[in-house]
Amino acid sequence: MQKIGKQTIKFDTPPSILECSSIVGPKESDGPLSKYFDQTLEDEFWGEKSWEKAESKIIRENVANLILKSGVSSNDIDFVIAGDLLNQCISSSFGLRDSNIPYLGVFGACSTFVESLSIGAVMVEGFAKNVICATSSHFCSAEKQFRFPLELGNQRPPTSQWTVTGSGAAMISKNGYGPFITHITPGKIVDMAIKDANNMGAAMAPAFCDTLLTHLKDTGRNPSYYDAIISGDLGYIGKDIAIDIIKANGYNIKSNYNDCGVLIFDKQKQDTHSGGSGCACCASVFSGYFFKQLKSKNLKRILLIATGALMNSTSSQQGESIPGIAHAISIEI
Amino acid sequence: MDINWANVFDWMQLLKCFAVGGAICVIGQILIDKTKLTPARILVTFVTIGAVLGGLGLYKYVVDFAGAGATVPLTGFGYNLAKGSIEGVQQSGLIGAFTGGIKAAAGGIAAAVFFGYIASLISKPKMKKQ
Repeated sequence: MQKIGKQTIKFDTPPSILECSSIVGPKESDGPLSKYFDQTLEDEFWGEKSWEKAESKIIRENVANLILKSGVSSNDIDFVIAGDLLNQCISSSFGLRDSNIPYLGVFGACSTFVESLSIGAVMVEGFAKNVICATSSHFCSAEKQFRFPLELGNQRPPTSQWTVTGSGAAMISKNGYGPFITHITPGKIVDMAIKDANNMGAAMAPAFCDTLLTHLKDTGRNPSYYDAIISGDLGYIGKDIAIDIIKANGYNIKSNYNDCGVLIFDKQKQDTHSGGSGCACCASVFSGYFFKQLKSKNLKRILLIATGALMNSTSSQQGESIPGIAHAISIEI
Repeated sequence: MDINWANVFDWMQLLKCFAVGGAICVIGQILIDKTKLTPARILVTFVTIGAVLGGLGLYKYVVDFAGAGATVPLTGFGYNLAKGSIEGVQQSGLIGAFTGGIKAAAGGIAAAVFFGYIASLISKPKMKKQ
């Protein structure tokens, strides 16, 4: 493991992503990626009394599914690194409280999945055998916490994105036949003074561009090196902004770049306005779709850049701007 | 028995009511779509505008013209508060400025609490469709 360039880490013995698992909610199950997810739910409560309990159940069951799928005994799992959007990360900590695996709770808003993969990869390169990285989000619990109670029936403005209900989880392992995590580029906080909590894509796009450009510079790679460059949840508006900023910096990523928030819902049929978002957006789309593409060698090299808006409801009410962040992880076979 | 629908309703009054009530809603929709105002701020702005126009005696003309088209939207609630306060002052002096508004709006407030409670007992919140 060594640091190259400004902020990229290159692994000497790249950790392998052994297995992935995903669960998504009812709206995601109607979307274009439906068939790729391991489990789809028919209702947002999943038999629980509250959305928060449902979200905890989603991450708990998803981690359990992952352990089962991977065939790794839970005694051989060194750590679970997880996070979500709810205050103090209760979905993860309540969901995993009976897991009996050493737990690290992390918060990077919607960038959490790649943040946890990055920490997990460093651990596996160092001393751990198997590490689980998982995130979750839930449309209803997120709306309630960050915007308005659903009972109020507020309209969503056209720039708003739809928080994905679900969870994605990955097992990073010392032993495995790939896909391998070869590089990670943790991002800087970039704040372009966007204040609208209903326009996250615009707030996060500059952070995405900063991390992507730094990654390319640090590694000496061209965007065309990757079969796919995937952002976490910039949505339609953020995606367009990102393509423009990258173009102004001399690269054209139009042909091999896409966004999980754009991929997960059908724009015409599902009317999610600017696409999907949330910790589970990037996590479930990677775990469900891209991991399988890598496994079947349809894609050989991808750069996954999860984007996060580092605000909370108090900072929004006090009129603070939204700091954006993006972490990149290079996955190759 | 034949009902002469033309005479059952005052169609002209209905049209005025619809036009004014609808226009107020259109303003709200434009504010949601074209500005960064949150729905909560739009709500408070509408009530405040209604109260100010009511206090200045201007909203009365809108109510006379459009009836429920002006009293049912949020601005009507603000108008009601202002009207109640003015009446309160006329009846019981300065203290009426504080009691009159709430008295006038008491029916709406109590009904909101009551029906809100009933609804919470018999229904469960759900995911939005869009």
